[in-house]
Amino acid sequence: MTLATRLAIAVLAAWITALAVAPAAADAVTAIDLTRMFEAPGVAAWMGTDDLGRSLAWRVVAGARVSLLVSAVVVTVTAAIGIAIGVTAAWLGGWIDLLLGRVIDVFLAFPGILLAIALAGVLGPGVGNVIIALGVVGWVGFARLARAQTLAVRERDHVAVARALGTPGFTIVYRHVLPLIAGPLVVEGTFALAAVIVAEAGLSFLGLGVQPPAPSWGSLIRDGTRYLLFAPHLVVMPGLALLSVVVAINLLGDRLRDRIQRGHRVGA
Amino acid sequence: MNVRPTHPAAVLASAAVVVLGVTTLVFLLLHLVPGDPVEVMLGEYASAGDRAALRAALGLDRHLALQWLDFMLGLAHGDLGVSLATGRPVAALLGGHFAMTALLAGASLAVAVVIGVPLGVLAALRAGRAWDTGSAVLAVLGMSVPNFVLGPFLMLIFAVGLGWFPIGGADSARALVLPAATLGLSLAALLARMTRAALLEELGRPYVLAARARGLPAARVVVGHALRNAALPIVTTLGLQLGALLGGAVVTETVFGWPGLGQLAVESIHRRDYPVVQGAVLLIALSYVLVNVLTDLLYARLDPRIGSGA
Repeated sequence: MTLATRLAIAVLAAWITALAVAPAAADAVTAIDLTRMFEAPGVAAWMGTDDLGRSLAWRVVAGARVSLLVSAVVVTVTAAIGIAIGVTAAWLGGWIDLLLGRVIDVFLAFPGILLAIALAGVLGPGVGNVIIALGVVGWVGFARLARAQTLAVRERDHVAVARALGTPGFTIVYRHVLPLIAGPLVVEGTFALAAVIVAEAGLSFLGLGVQPPAPSWGSLIRDGTRYLLFAPHLVVMPGLALLSVVVAINLLGDRLRDRIQRGHRVGA
Repeated sequence: MNVRPTHPAAVLASAAVVVLGVTTLVFLLLHLVPGDPVEVMLGEYASAGDRAALRAALGLDRHLALQWLDFMLGLAHGDLGVSLATGRPVAALLGGHFAMTALLAGASLAVAVVIGVPLGVLAALRAGRAWDTGSAVLAVLGMSVPNFVLGPFLMLIFAVGLGWFPIGGADSARALVLPAATLGLSLAALLARMTRAALLEELGRPYVLAARARGLPAARVVVGHALRNAALPIVTTLGLQLGALLGGAVVTETVFGWPGLGQLAVESIHRRDYPVVQGAVLLIALSYVLVNVLTDLLYARLDPRIGSGA
C-alpha cells in the first residue's frame, strides 16, 4: 500500500469518526455567540467561528453529514437504476437497446451539472429535490458502462452454455454476467461518489440545495465568500474539508482501477 | 470499445436524434415545476386575469403535444419565448451572454493547453522520477478541486492579497484571467495526464527509435514526431471535456459575476424566469452537442484509419 493510499484511508476514517460523534454536538452546530463573531482559527475554536459566532468546525462536520448522506443515497439509487437499464439494454438488444441507447445519448449530451442545476432550480430547494436532480443526471454513467460491459460479456462461452442449458435470462444475468462486470462498476461508483459530493456542494453553493440553518459544505462556502475580505477561513476551512474527502475518494478510485485492470480484464 | 459513430453521415444522423431529445427534455423542464407553474411565477396573490393571461402567453392552456410542437416550431425560427422579468425576447437576451461564455470557455481552453500539454510532456520525459510523481499528485488535486472552491481561493490570493486582478465583473481584459484560470486549471490537470500517457505510448514506438538513431535532436523527435502523433487522443479529450467546461462555467460565472449564460441561468432560476432558464440551458446543451459533433468529424479526419465507413 502506498503512502497516498494510506493517507486517503486515514482521511476517510477521520471523517467517519467525526460523523459518528457529530450527533452528540448537535447544539454546538447552531449555538450562536455574538461575542465571538469571525474569530480566526485558534486554540478556542480550531476552525474559527462564523458571522454569528458559531463554531465553524462543528458546522463543517454537520455539513459533512448532509453532503455524504445525500451522495451515498444518490450513488446507491443511480447505480441500481443505471445498471438495470444498461444491462437490460445490452442483454435484450434489438429495438429496446436502440431506444435506451438513444436515451442514454441524450442525457450524455447535457453537461451533467447543468441539467442538475436546471432541475434543482425548477423543482425548488431542499434535500429531497437535490437528490432527485442529481439522480436524474447520475444514472447515465452507470448505464453506459453497464451496457458496454454486458455487450462484451454476453457473447462469452459460459453464457452461451448457460443459455443452451435453458437457464432463465434473469438467472444468467444475475449469476454469470453481473459478477464479471462488477469490478469496473465499483470503480465507476467510487468516482461517482466524489462527483456527486462536488455536485451537491455546487448546488448548495448556488443556493439551490440544502437550506439554512442546516449547513452543507456548498452553502458554508457560499456564505463564506461574503466575508472573504476579512474572514477567509470561512471559505478556506469548508473548502479544504470538501477537497480532502474528494481527493481521498479519487485516489482510492485510481488505486482500485489499477488493481482491477491488472487482474482480469472484461472484454479485452 | 468504441461505440461512437465515425462516418460523417452517421455522426450527423446520431446528432440529429440527440438534438431532438435534448430540446424535448428542455421543453419538459417547465412542466416539472411542482404545482401550477403560473402560480409559482406570479405568486399566490396574482389576479385570476393575470394568471389566465400568462397561461395563454405561455401556451399552457393547450395540449402538451401542441405545446411541444409550438416550442419546436418557434425554435426553428429562433423564437425562444419572452422573458417574464424583462419582457424582452429570450433569444435576444441570450446573444450577449453567449458571447461572454464563449470567450470564457475559449480562454479556459487556452489556459488548459498552455499549462497542461507542457506539464504532460515533461512528466512523460521524466516518467517515474520525482517530477512525474509530483505532477501526478498535482493532477489529482487539480481534477478534484471544484470551481467554487478554487475560484474563491484564487480570488483571495490574486485579487484580495496581491491585488493583481479585479475580484469580479467583466470590465477589463484582466477580469477574464481569474475565471479562465479557475475553469482551465482542472482541465489542464486532466490534459497533462492524457498528454503524458499518449506521449509515453508514442515514445515507445519503433519510429521514435529510428528518428533518434538518425541523429535527430531530441526536441525535434519529441515535439515534431511523437507529440504530433499523440495529438489525436489529446484533441478528443479536449472536445469531450468541453461539456464539463461548459457545466463548470455555470458555477464559475456565478463566483466571479461573469455575465455569461451560466450566470444568466442561475439568476433566472432565482427570479423564477423559467423561459430564460430554458433558453440558456438549451443553448449551452446544443453548443456541447455541436462541439461533440465537430470532435467526431475532426477525429475521423485526423486519423486516416477511421472514417470511410470503417
